Amino acid sequence: MLKTVFTDQVALGSVQAALAVAVTLAVMLLARARAIHLERDIVVAVVRGIAQILAVGSVLLLLLRGPRWTGVFLLVGMTIAAATTSARRARGVPGAFRVSLTSIGLGAGSVIALMTWAGVIDTAITALVPIGSMIVANAMNTNSLALNRFRSEVESHVGLIETALALGAGAKETVSPYVRAACEASLIPAIDSLRSLGIVWIPGLMTGMLLSGSEPIYAAIYQFVMIALIFSASGLTALTSTLLIRTYAFSPAEQLTLRPGPAAGG
Amino acid sequence: MSTLEPADPPLLEAAHLSRVAGGVRLVDDVTVRVRRREVLAVVGPSGSGKSSFLRLLNRLDEPTSGTVYLEGRDYRLIPPRELRRRVGMVTQTAFLFPGTIGDNLRVGPRHRGQELSEETIAFLLEKVGLGGRAGSDVRHLSGGEAQRVSVARALANDPAVLLLDEPTSALDEAATRDVETLIRRIVGDQKLACLLVTHDQAQAGRLAGRVMVLAAGKLARIGATDEVPHAEDRLH
Ligand SMILES: Nc1ncnc2c1ncn2[C@@H]1O[C@H](COP(=O)(O)OP(=O)(O)OP(=O)(O)O)[C@@H](O)[C@H]1O
Ligand SMILES: [Mg+2]
Repeated sequence: MLKTVFTDQVALGSVQAALAVAVTLAVMLLARARAIHLERDIVVAVVRGIAQILAVGSVLLLLLRGPRWTGVFLLVGMTIAAATTSARRARGVPGAFRVSLTSIGLGAGSVIALMTWAGVIDTAITALVPIGSMIVANAMNTNSLALNRFRSEVESHVGLIETALALGAGAKETVSPYVRAACEASLIPAIDSLRSLGIVWIPGLMTGMLLSGSEPIYAAIYQFVMIALIFSASGLTALTSTLLIRTYAFSPAEQLTLRPGPAAGG
Repeated sequence: MSTLEPADPPLLEAAHLSRVAGGVRLVDDVTVRVRRREVLAVVGPSGSGKSSFLRLLNRLDEPTSGTVYLEGRDYRLIPPRELRRRVGMVTQTAFLFPGTIGDNLRVGPRHRGQELSEETIAFLLEKVGLGGRAGSDVRHLSGGEAQRVSVARALANDPAVLLLDEPTSALDEAATRDVETLIRRIVGDQKLACLLVTHDQAQAGRLAGRVMVLAAGKLARIGATDEVPHAEDRLH
């Protein structure tokens, strides 16, 4: 419908974006009606999202003509940005940024590197950067969920954890059930998207490939490959971050330092 | 400090112990010694730092300055797990691990790779008046029973010092008497030193030989229980 009115792609895109923002704001108002206040979060997120994706679009435009290794730099930058975002989600968790950077870097980085080396991911910037960023973004979500869940599990079990410490338990043992819970919970989205692939959703990459005229069966297979890679990267990330975060919840003298407090806002 | 200072060497000594957190002096330069078989009551108004003080003694929190000596040894030289085994703690509300009473008693020793014998479990439960209940699920326990499990669990570690943070404040009168009897019996036959936080002056009188009064984190008074008469008028 819009396409008949707008022939210029940028103009069309702007109107489409405006409609998408309208839907987002409607959700915000709906939440507000139920006294769930997301206004600040949503407005900031929307503005940032638009600015960032436009910036990246412009950078991609330039990079398309540059040497291939610039893609790696872009991905490293994205990983750092992802770790910052994730760590902010986990405010109050000591060492959150270091843990996030290590886990996302390790989880997403190793999968991207291995699969690029094996030829599953093309080294062309137009393939490596968008695909790599998808993997990094999903690793980031998993990491945020893991840290967030770990924090809330620990905060709601301070009594039991300190009781175990007071009985002479090692710090790490006292939180192992919460490490497990956090790891499992953080992987639910990745597992579900693998499970519901094609039934509940036809992901963006496949849509893009179909739009650009790829063979549908190949587009489908490649989409599965992507989701599987995302799952692997997320899994590695969750395992790493929950392993690392245990150490940060305690002081060297095995005192629980991660506890509910004013700094622990979401 | 006072003529009542025990003669034999102290088992536990807090030396100029202080902790500042969030800009507040929770515990402020507290020096006190406790000897074997002694019960020292810790009293003071709500928020005076009694729990904060106790948490420093088994190093659940880190002192900002000062230290604690256990049998003359600076406790920062003792590995935390070993320290906490020897300085047991019972909290105001008992946090029991899911499972049976027996499972709870086994937790401490198991962390050191030791398995409590059935006889030891039976002995400990007998002592806290829960004989034959090792197999009971902790979910079905009353507050008083849970608190007694918590005491038995601390004893299963064979501690030298027992820290009790208002162990009866959540209990009714009958359960309180049971736990008090238990405390008196334990201290007598285990050669333990015991610090008992209580807001109940009468309880301090029933159980403790000496009493220390905290006010805003500072040691306001210390002396024989009958010599610190109702210093706690400010208490509710
Ligand atoms: N980490 C912290 N940061 C700042 N203030 C704290 C912290 N922990 C405790 N406090 C405050 O320190 C004071 C002493 O607390 P504490 O629990 O030791 O008192 P208490 O004597 O045990 O009181 P009650 O009789 O109510 O149990 C309280 O005002 C408490 O709010
Ligand atoms: Mg207290």
